[in-house]
Amino acid sequence: MIFLTVSNVSKSFGGPPVVNDVSLDVMRGEFFALLGPSGCGKTTLLRMIAGFETPDRGTIAIDGEPMNAVPPHLRPTNMVFQSYAIFPHLNVFDNIAYGLRKLKLSKDQLHARVEAMLATVRLDGLGNRASDQLSGGQRQRVALARALVREPKVLLLDEPLGALDKRLRETMQVELRAIQRKVGITFLLVTHDQEEALSLSDRVAVMHQGRILQVADSRTLYERPNCREVADFIGEMNFFHATVREIAGGSASLNAGLLGLVTMPAANLAPGIKTDDHILLAIRPEHVRFAASGVAGDIAASTFLGERSHFHVRIAGRSEPVFVSGSVAPTGAVHLEFPPEKLIGLPASD
Amino acid sequence: MKNKSLLLYAFAYLAFLYVPVLVLPVFSFNDSQFIAFPLSGFTTRWYGALAGDSAMQHALGNSLKVGIVTALLSTMLGLAAARAVTRYRLRGAGAALGFISLPLFIPDIVLGLSLLMLLGAMGLPLSLAAVMLGHLLVCVPFALTVLIARFEGFDRNLEEASADLGEDGWMTFWRITAPLMLPGIIASLLLTFITSFDEFLVAFFLSGTEATLPIYIWGQLRFPERLPMVLALGAVILAVSVVLVICAEHVRNLGVKNRVVGA
Repeated sequence: MIFLTVSNVSKSFGGPPVVNDVSLDVMRGEFFALLGPSGCGKTTLLRMIAGFETPDRGTIAIDGEPMNAVPPHLRPTNMVFQSYAIFPHLNVFDNIAYGLRKLKLSKDQLHARVEAMLATVRLDGLGNRASDQLSGGQRQRVALARALVREPKVLLLDEPLGALDKRLRETMQVELRAIQRKVGITFLLVTHDQEEALSLSDRVAVMHQGRILQVADSRTLYERPNCREVADFIGEMNFFHATVREIAGGSASLNAGLLGLVTMPAANLAPGIKTDDHILLAIRPEHVRFAASGVAGDIAASTFLGERSHFHVRIAGRSEPVFVSGSVAPTGAVHLEFPPEKLIGLPASD
Repeated sequence: MKNKSLLLYAFAYLAFLYVPVLVLPVFSFNDSQFIAFPLSGFTTRWYGALAGDSAMQHALGNSLKVGIVTALLSTMLGLAAARAVTRYRLRGAGAALGFISLPLFIPDIVLGLSLLMLLGAMGLPLSLAAVMLGHLLVCVPFALTVLIARFEGFDRNLEEASADLGEDGWMTFWRITAPLMLPGIIASLLLTFITSFDEFLVAFFLSGTEATLPIYIWGQLRFPERLPMVLALGAVILAVSVVLVICAEHVRNLGVKNRVVGA
């Protein structure tokens, strides 16, 4: 069931559009991520959903109700700010109780509700702690609790783990996912960290220069990116120029330059690719294989990463190296094999 | 040897600053009309005379009235202006700030004289209200400077977070902005009050028959026999000022602590 709808929303701050004709559907109870490099418009989109910015064009609706004319304090959304925005003059308890004033709860009810939320974010017994005596992870939990305690229809998270160190970030990722499952609220996360987006979310929208390039689950994004930008942004990818010669009977034959003539499944081509199109063939480093025969090359650099190693293989006629990831560690001259079923055809950038 | 001469210089400097100030309380307890050593004995009669001087008390009342109203009004105006300048992208904000701050650079004597002519041209009487308006011109820039600094050290996400948590602009002001701005507001109130309280030139031109305290003191200097009483008054003002400054510093330190947290 579609719960949050963003339709044809655009926004500029007097220059080129920061958010450009974006449409998006988020389901009830979904953990949805907006992923993109800084400046791609993802935070602006989030702030428009929260009501802090007004779209120049387009509409935003939550649970069927149009939001454009609703001021932030009346929207059924709550936000975890990147800076956490913990109120410095209030202790943990009062920070979390801040948004409950209008409910006119009795003292006992208020207490019970805040304590339950403290337990959910595992801050039991820290209600009296002053806000300047909290660690980074604790501040993050207070910000989360303060927003969740209002039981919003949509929880907005703006780079919520960005300020934490790597270890804490990984712990909090697991907890965030567990809390979302427990409360069942729709989460909309903004992040530039692809690993975070892929590991936390049910679905991810990849944003680039104010537009949404692809919306899909993590596996699809990784295995079937629909354009070069998505493929590039999520993980590493090798690209080769190629021309489509024929598409017939579920397979496509291509003239792939350095890779020679290639026959691959037609299903691996992005929609809209036709015969005679100039396209990009893409393959992940872990799918390129060292073999006895194939494209000849030299190992220019290798990085030992424990379980696997990462190689830069230089091949004749190509300026950038081919990235290969594997567990064997050959040296010197090698041959590379590109399994056709692992190749993906993407439209060439204009 | 260099250090020693620097130390000497430092002591000389401090003496230059504070010995004249200390002379005030010392002679206010001296049992003589004349300001001269040796001291002739301890007395509190000058303070007694002060307590019985109704003209002085009237002038003090005037100064307090003008000072309190000026402090409240200039801090309120400063608060509104400082919030506007720091929170919104306004066209002409820089120019507006410049014009508001200009009275800082206009000599008070020019300000006093031009206000006097303006009042005359408009047919308005000289009064404490006129003094207060003049002081407002002088004090708003001070309030603005103190409050802008405070707003700049204040994470604007805090106000957005309050809105996000269901509070409208007015409640956000009372629950978030006002408590976090409190040290700045208090500092501004103290600063503008003191500025108004000891302002002489503008008050001299505009007060008419209602003397403020500095004008009363200046008037007393014509009567040598009243000088010790003026010294006693000065000593009292000095003591009150020291207390106020200590309070202001204390509040300012609280402010510094809050700012780190709020950032």
